[in-house]
Order: sequence, then C-alpha cells, then structure tokens
Amino acid sequence: MDIFDAIIVGAGPAGCAAAYTMAKAGLNILVLERGQYVGAKNMWGGAFFGPVMNELFPGFWKEAPVERFLKRHVISFMTKEDCLSIDFKSSPGDFDEAPGFVIMRAKFDRWMGSKVEEAGAIIATGLEVTDFIFEGNRITGVKVGDEDFLANVVVLADGVNSLLATKAKLRGDFKAVDLKQGVKEVIRLPREVIEDRFGVSGNEGVVMEFVGSCTHGLPGGGFIYTNQESLSVGVVVQLSALLENKVKASDLIDEFKEHPAVRPLWRNGELLEYSAHLIPVSGINMMPKLYADGILVAGDSAAMVLGTGLILEGANFAMAAGIAAGETVIKAKEKGDFTSSSLNDYEQRLKSNFVIKDLETFRRAPHFLENPRIYNAYPELACGLMGSIFHSDGKPRRNTLEVVMESMKGKVSLWQIAADAMKARKAL
Amino acid sequence: MKIEEKLARNKFDIDREVHIQVDEEKCKACESKVCLYACPAECYVLRAEGHVTFSYEGCLECGSCRFSCDKGTIAWVNPRGGFGVCYQYG
Repeated sequence: MDIFDAIIVGAGPAGCAAAYTMAKAGLNILVLERGQYVGAKNMWGGAFFGPVMNELFPGFWKEAPVERFLKRHVISFMTKEDCLSIDFKSSPGDFDEAPGFVIMRAKFDRWMGSKVEEAGAIIATGLEVTDFIFEGNRITGVKVGDEDFLANVVVLADGVNSLLATKAKLRGDFKAVDLKQGVKEVIRLPREVIEDRFGVSGNEGVVMEFVGSCTHGLPGGGFIYTNQESLSVGVVVQLSALLENKVKASDLIDEFKEHPAVRPLWRNGELLEYSAHLIPVSGINMMPKLYADGILVAGDSAAMVLGTGLILEGANFAMAAGIAAGETVIKAKEKGDFTSSSLNDYEQRLKSNFVIKDLETFRRAPHFLENPRIYNAYPELACGLMGSIFHSDGKPRRNTLEVVMESMKGKVSLWQIAADAMKARKAL
Repeated sequence: MKIEEKLARNKFDIDREVHIQVDEEKCKACESKVCLYACPAECYVLRAEGHVTFSYEGCLECGSCRFSCDKGTIAWVNPRGGFGVCYQYG
C-alpha cells in the first residue's frame, strides 16, 4: 500500500493551504474531503484580508471567483427602530490595491481545490474520515469506513466540528460559551440594484456590521456583504446566550431583515440559500494541543479564530496555519522524523508568524466582548442621543451635555462607561 | 418565509441513514430542551404533547445541538461522505 507523505483531512482554507504548500514542494499528498465537492460544507460571512492568500496564490483575484473587494466598511448601532452608522470609504480602486476580498466559500474553495490538484495533490471527495490508524501512540493513517489510508503525517483541518481532534486526544469538546452560531441568507439582486443601493461600482464591495437589537442585545451582531449579484445577510450570536435566553437564530435573522434600516437593502431579492455554521471565538483560551506523534491540527478545528468586534479573522489564520503545517511536514520529511519532537516546529512557526501573536495580543478580547452593555445599553444610548439631538419639540434647546446625561439615565452610568473604556483599551 | 421554505432553496443529498441519534427516553425526561433554540434549521420541534421530535433531513451540520445538549441525549456524527447539505454559495 502507498504511504503518503501527508494526508490532509478537510479541503477548507487550512487544508487547501497545507496541501498546496506540500504538493508544490513535490510531496505525495492525499486530501480527503467529506463534501460531494470541495467547498460543499463550507460557509462563512464573507471576507478575508488578502496577504496570506496572495502569498499562496499570487494575483489570485485574476482567476479566482472573487465577488468584490472591500471599498466601504459600515459599522452600525441599532435599536428596534433606529440605526446609527459609521461609514468608512477607503481608497483602493480595484482588486490589486484591495486589503479585503469578499468571496463565497463554496465557489472559492472549489477553485482553491483545483489549484491544489494542479500542484499534484490528490483530492478525494465524498469521503468521511471516521478514525485514525495508530501504531502505538503514533498516528500513521486514517480510516474511511473499512478502508485504510497510510501517511507519515495527518494534517487535521476538518473544521469546528472535528470529532477526530478529540479522537487524537488533542482537545475535548468545545463549549457553547466559546462558540458563536452564524446563520446566513444569500439573496439574489441584480448588479445595478446593488450598485445603486450600496453606492458602489465595478468590483467595489461593502461590508456592513450591526450591533444591538439584531441579536436582542446578546453577544454577536448582524452583517451584510455585497457579492457580485447577491447579498449575504446574516446574524452571529453566542451559542450559550441563545440557549439561556431561549432565542432562535432563525427568528433573529428574520427580525434583522425586517429592520427599517435593513429591509430597503435586500427588498425584492430572491433567497438562494440558507446556511449555518459555528465559529470558535474564545481564541487562545480554547486552543487545543496543536500536534502529537504523526499529527498536526490547523484552522477552525484548532480554534484559530480572532474576533475583536472590529476584526474577525479565521480563514486568514487557517491559511497561514496550513502553510506552517505544510512547511513543518516538508522539514520533517527531510529529517525523516515525524514524532512530536519534530512536529513541534509547527508551533514555533505559528508563534513566529502572526497567528499565535495576534491571538496572544487579543487574549482578553473574547471575554471583553461578552459585556452585555456593548449590545444593549450602548446602542440604545447612541441612537437615543442622536434622536434627542435631531428632535425639535418647539421649545428652546438644551445644551448637548445635558442631553447626553439625560440619555444615559437608567441605561448606563459614567463610571461604567469609564470602566468599559479601560477594559476595551486593555483587551483591544 | 417559513424555515421549511428556506431550507427548500438549499441543495441536499439526503442519506437514507439518520446521522444524528436522539435518545428518546432521555429526551422525554429533559426539561430544558435547549435543542429547540440551538438548531438554526429548526430540526427539533416541540409537539403539543410536550415532547420534542427530530428530523435530520434539513440538518445544516453546524453542530450546535451537539455542543448545546448537556444531557448526553444527542449522538452526533456527520452524514456519510458525500451526503447531507451541499452548499452552492457558502
């Protein structure tokens, strides 16, 4: 039986990056993907930062199915009726200058899979890895039902739901408090309608993020991404908060879509797809053991996600980790050593690139983002304040500070705002 | 739009084998019934008689029920390779 240099479980961003890195270096690679095709099980909000992808596939936007680049970034606080937004329009004129790219996972990953195959790796789809093959403590391959596949190293890139990471004793089960649930609708709209409603043209795209009533004040938010001829509209909420408050994300997304600030954006659009996914959001606090004898783990399966409220990085980390895993295996092959003492190199690489550094820097962010005032009191305060300023009751106006103080009454104290600002400074 | 109509827009290749097993006895004894709020596809439905029924056909394989139920009622695995939801957009 053939022994592969590496078997990669899962053809998402982490798995494809690892497979591509190794195949390009001439290693004998097998990728096992449980979906009918690459990308079939993959779903996300919408956009990634470009540098890692560009390192892997220089100039990828020229041939990959990229929807749009990020030109406008809108952050909004919303209450049931009102919405206050910060609208940032940035300078990039086209894909080659863009910091961020909007893509749809199922379409984009299929393309990435084709690049991996071009580089010489074998991708076998429709195959669910059910277990490992062990030789003593060392993993020497995987089982797909009754079939065995042998390899020097297994790279686990099978996503947030990885059952294999537990079987490899790299981690226990994730907890609901450390997970966010994202639900999304892809809604078809003609290109001209998107351009008119969102004030963009050509390849320009928009991301809108909403905080407040869209999650009933629970940790999370709403989002809208513009694709070429559709919108991605969704809500992300902490899973444990849904359970504790007996709220369904399927109801939240309907309410979000009906908000007076949101409905005009997708009006008359046609629903194409409804999807859902979990995101591991507690960063370094939930990160498992990253390697053992004959195995490495990368991407969502290893909780490599960073959420600071303003930044959400997952795919970028996954790809960077995939590359690091690939380079580690290449070096391990040179040494002929696939034990954990050799694969330890993987963790060193992640510590020296941005993945673990960023997760360390924002170690406190996940806890900070559980503060209910961010999703409740502050959106109410911001919208209430604007409402008061722009309201005239025919009587003499009061000075703005008085209006501010009155808006805060019963919602939040000055002391709390100061304390939250201090915590934000430390966490973010 | 009802959840069934939304799910009808998705492409599924539904396996004959049920991939998520719900222990009926434990489910009946459970009071919190968090599965009702965990599942974004509303595969878990509370019936008038007070018990929960589960249907796997609309499962989006997100894993939320698996990480939510703390009673050990749900035996969760993926559908067999190639089956289940097939996202066209993602």
